[in-house]
Amino acid sequence: MEKQLFLGDEAIAQAAIDAGISGVYAYPGTPSTEITEYIQGSAVAKERGIHSRWSANEKTAMEAALGMSYAGKRSLCCMKHVGLNVAADCFMNAGMSGINGGMIIITADDPSMHSSQNEQDNRVYGNFAMIPMLEPSSQQEAYDMVYEGFELSEKLGYPILMRITTRMAHSRAGVVTRPIKDENTMNCPPDGRQRFILLPALARKRFKVLLESQKVFTESSENSTYNKYFDAPDKELGIITTGIAFNYLSENYPDGFEHPVLKISQYPLPRKLVEKIANECKEILVLEEGYPVVEEQLKGFLGKGVIVHGRLDGTLQRDGELTPDTVGKALGKEINSYYAIPEVVEQRPPALCQGCGHRDVYEALNEVLAEYKDPKVFGDIGCYTLGALSPFRAIDSCIDMGASITMAKGASDAGVFPAVSVIGDSTFTHSGMTGLLDCVNENTNITIVISDNETTAMTGGQDSAGTGRLEAICAGIGVDPAHIRVMIPLKKNYEEMKTIIREEIEYKGVSVLIPRRECIQTLTRKKKASKK
Amino acid sequence: MRADIILSGVGGQGILSIAAVIGEAALKEGLYMKQAEVHGMSQRGGDVQSNLRLSDQPIASDLIPKGHADLIISLEPMESLRYLPYLKKEGWLVTNSQPFVNIPNYPDIDKVNEELNKLPHKVILDVEAIAKEVATARAANIVMLGAATPFIGIEYDKIADGIRHIFGRKGEEVVEMNLKALKAGYDVAQSLK
Repeated sequence: MEKQLFLGDEAIAQAAIDAGISGVYAYPGTPSTEITEYIQGSAVAKERGIHSRWSANEKTAMEAALGMSYAGKRSLCCMKHVGLNVAADCFMNAGMSGINGGMIIITADDPSMHSSQNEQDNRVYGNFAMIPMLEPSSQQEAYDMVYEGFELSEKLGYPILMRITTRMAHSRAGVVTRPIKDENTMNCPPDGRQRFILLPALARKRFKVLLESQKVFTESSENSTYNKYFDAPDKELGIITTGIAFNYLSENYPDGFEHPVLKISQYPLPRKLVEKIANECKEILVLEEGYPVVEEQLKGFLGKGVIVHGRLDGTLQRDGELTPDTVGKALGKEINSYYAIPEVVEQRPPALCQGCGHRDVYEALNEVLAEYKDPKVFGDIGCYTLGALSPFRAIDSCIDMGASITMAKGASDAGVFPAVSVIGDSTFTHSGMTGLLDCVNENTNITIVISDNETTAMTGGQDSAGTGRLEAICAGIGVDPAHIRVMIPLKKNYEEMKTIIREEIEYKGVSVLIPRRECIQTLTRKKKASKK
Repeated sequence: MRADIILSGVGGQGILSIAAVIGEAALKEGLYMKQAEVHGMSQRGGDVQSNLRLSDQPIASDLIPKGHADLIISLEPMESLRYLPYLKKEGWLVTNSQPFVNIPNYPDIDKVNEELNKLPHKVILDVEAIAKEVATARAANIVMLGAATPFIGIEYDKIADGIRHIFGRKGEEVVEMNLKALKAGYDVAQSLK
């Protein structure tokens, strides 16, 4: 069959469609966004009526995916790595209940933090929940894993966590696809109550089942075609790779491996294969993208027994993504670089677009706050995080989705004034609403700016869950409608904006300001489309 | 056949369209290809790059090792210099001459040119001016593709087919405009080569 050019994300999406999913549930997040977008744009998915609308956040996404699985159908759930923190409650307990229809959870990790606030390695979550994991080394393998993964999930009875990283998600390669399968029919589990009601007495039983299942999971890994052992003559060293680290290793040995190599792409660790390489080789080098997860498992706390090299002993850098060069260096290869970066080259950080409404919000806010002695502005996750940079330097924090409101609340409780929160519309409906309820319940002295561009802009302009209903949501939560103030962030409105901001900072209680103007990117796209 | 190419520029300039056309042509040639791109935060006016690897043999790494790139294609002169550690000793650099100034500390362009001129193999051209002359300023990235075509290792006609395929659904007019842009860039590179 002819190869098609797919991003890793697109390969996963196409495989999920071909594997007969009935729904994808996700919240946008780099580098995972394109999976769901691909399914949204797929004619076949539309024809089949595959669910693909964005969820309000990763937790609601995963719960819905689990519900679809409960009903016997196959579901895909996608998120960036930090999204799994939001969904962790469901994730850990889906490991207890198990699944009915096949369920795959994609975590797109972002080592080197190209577009994220940390580089957590979600294989740790997989081990934490004790469920099987997949980690592809190529776009083709990503396709095959998802295509076959729903059956594996159904066979084992558990959700599968598939971990990819930025370079897999956002790199294109030719992929051969396979015939599309039928969807599952609806079929709720006959033993559903025994499995899905995690009351302590039942949960204790389920945990024993999960513990018992570990043997089966390990056997599955040992027999997996994704885990491969490559023999080679020089047994002074054995190399274990996970995921795409295998590619960087291969790049350094174009004429074949010198040392035995164990390529791992399915977890839990294939015990027999790991024992084989440890028995045959004097020392072990572990190459893995992200945290030293496998390395720590092999080494143990005391580090006795087989000598294991990797990120922990400094053979590889502890942080950041792997590259063919960092892997080459760990293998003692010479790196020949002929030209240095000239000193004249300056950093070019990203910036808010020209014409972006967030710019006008920060301009006006900064001017008003300059009138106060020690104002603090708690920021959030989105394009407007770029307000941290010059020329605005307008925010004091950016921790996690929704934290602007609740951190401002805590700071206000501690006596900070003015305590201001700046949050986007999509982030507000993702995780800001519950924090707003806390503020309302205590009538916290806080000023919340929901900078509304009517989209999820940072990830490329996906639908935002609360568009057109933000005032109603805030009023419903209990904010006094007199202190829900809408404005249009434009230069000509600065004086009016400043007056409103000043009034609401002075108001002793919860104020919500909603500067609303459509994202300049989505607006431009719409204009172009309407011209055609 | 093997070509390791770094595409660079500033978010929004259109390096991914260049990559898409080359990718399409490579696939038609039956070549293996890997192309790593940057999405997300840096697309907002920050520096962006894409690693494009073509070969008649399977390709291992999505990323190009240092000192391995046959070609750097850049839509911005300072950005072209950022990836020099990846360039082969005898590699080519093809860049737009016009700076994209969206930072307050953008260096003196003469100093940027001084660095570019130190390189043994380069093509420097004003792709926007050429694009305006033959088609429209929006086709600047395709002028750049034309200028880089002699160094990619895929025939000109195949790249032109790639353009027909990628822009086909936008109508014949858009295809023709981009083909003109491609040819104009190609001719300039041939005369400077």
